[in-house]
Amino acid sequence: MDLTELYQSVILDNNRRPRNFRKLPTANRSAAGNNPVCGDEVTVYIQVEDGRIADISFQGAGCAISQASTSVMTQRLKGKTVAEAEALFGRFKEIVTQGTPDEEDLDLSAFAGVHQFPARIKCATLGWHAALNALHGEAVTATTE
Amino acid sequence: MKLPASTPDWAALRADFPILHQLVHRQPLIYLDNGATTQKPRAVIDALVRYYERDNANVHRAIHELSYRATTAYEAARARAAQFINAASPEEIVFTRGTTEGINLVSYVFTPRLKRGDGILLTEMEHHSNLVPWQLLARRTGAQLLFVPVTGDDGLLDLARIDDLLGRNVRLFAFTHISNSLGTVNPVAELCARARRHGAVTVVDAAQSAGHLPLDVQALGCDFLAFSGHKMAGPTGIGVLFGRHELLDALEPFQGGGEMIASVQFEQSTWNKVPHKFEAGTPDIAGAVGLHAAMDYLDGIGRPAIAAHDEELARETFARLGGIPGIRLFGPPGERGGLVSFALAGAHAHDVVTFADQQGIALRGGHHCNQPLLRKLGVPATTRASFYLYNTPEEVDRLIEVIRQAAGFFGR
Ligand SMILES: Cc1ncc(COP(=O)(O)O)c(C=O)c1O
Repeated sequence: MDLTELYQSVILDNNRRPRNFRKLPTANRSAAGNNPVCGDEVTVYIQVEDGRIADISFQGAGCAISQASTSVMTQRLKGKTVAEAEALFGRFKEIVTQGTPDEEDLDLSAFAGVHQFPARIKCATLGWHAALNALHGEAVTATTE
Repeated sequence: MKLPASTPDWAALRADFPILHQLVHRQPLIYLDNGATTQKPRAVIDALVRYYERDNANVHRAIHELSYRATTAYEAARARAAQFINAASPEEIVFTRGTTEGINLVSYVFTPRLKRGDGILLTEMEHHSNLVPWQLLARRTGAQLLFVPVTGDDGLLDLARIDDLLGRNVRLFAFTHISNSLGTVNPVAELCARARRHGAVTVVDAAQSAGHLPLDVQALGCDFLAFSGHKMAGPTGIGVLFGRHELLDALEPFQGGGEMIASVQFEQSTWNKVPHKFEAGTPDIAGAVGLHAAMDYLDGIGRPAIAAHDEELARETFARLGGIPGIRLFGPPGERGGLVSFALAGAHAHDVVTFADQQGIALRGGHHCNQPLLRKLGVPATTRASFYLYNTPEEVDRLIEVIRQAAGFFGR
């Protein structure tokens, strides 16, 4: 396994320059996620309007996989309904657990290398768990342990 | 780098450790996670096999030949452990599952001796296993936890605060000898002497020191001292709790069961003598035998030489990592145990560990069971390289090269 297979340029780039990395003053939902073993943390802020994600942002600290996947997620979820967000998470989980890339979704597919590092799957899904908890209005902190 | 020529032939000693001779991710294994657990020499592995192939039986129970041999081997290991740390007698050696169980034992048996308003003094650099048991004791008794502060990234205890803290009704003072996340070597004898002046009982966590430095509990003046076999070339599942005889004698038992009793009636029992009073149930006999072999192995090399070797590798690593832009180093620049912790700007510890692992280097990344300390220092996780007798200067060269590559790979 080549390191560049795990750390694709999409991941390195989103880790260095995370997108939508801020608090969202207009958010009406938010949820935190943490990974007690590694210390990865993210908080996801979402503004839901008419059943759609009008805006989404995050803040956090942790490994490249957790921060980049949350950054990519915020880009992919904008404009989606809750059901669409759930379906997309389903697809993402398949990519990181099976290593099956999705030709139509190159950004999510950048995380396909994660499946060879089972200990890191929880890093990749941390932000997604927090986002779905926020959408479902669950105030609890998501943990991926 | 070069080490001064010293007596042991370190390179030749590597041959004693079968596990070191393998490829990991197609690269020669460089094992630098010795703070978590060390590898085992052939002598220890053989002792375990020999015990199970020839002598296995339960101890202190039967009068047949094998039981006699198992009992003799188990008690010989106890005598060897007493000698290893210069305890006054083998009765001061309680076999445990490891450091964690040793500390839990002490914290449990002190329950009836503490009351609301008493103090339990710890330091901010304790491993969770020398923190959480005391939190539980504090909760059971209403005693209050107090902490000797750590001064900052240099990882030193604020010694100026100790007498003031000890003066606050402190009954127990528990602290680590060598910090597993900072590498700090604490002045155990001085801390014990100060605690004694205040009438506090001392508990030393020697998990990171027992396999590296010569230990003399009488010279240190501690009341209790705990360590783990697996961090000193011995097997997992066995550890030692040293306790001063008069204290062990006066305390109530920890667990109840076989071995620990003198006479049992339906309603009540009387306790066996120390140390058996604290060893309920069938112990890890093979573990004790393996630990005996490990202690012999280490002393065959010489602990002063091992300590000098580990510290030299750690100091060299500390100095050379310092040249990497954006690195933050933890622990004292001077005297240190055989480990180095650091954080790279822009590269999280888990990414650094994964990166190094792909080059065959085993490091540890995370909070090292020191969450409150890292939170205080404002760093979520560090990467740690920890050394042992089989590590070489060439491995340090390779480590530095790979950490430089990681800094470039992830760096901003
Ligand atoms: C300083 C320190 N104390 C205690 C422990 C706990 O040792 P064990 O897990 O063997 O009980 C460790 C090891 O992880 C340690 O480094």
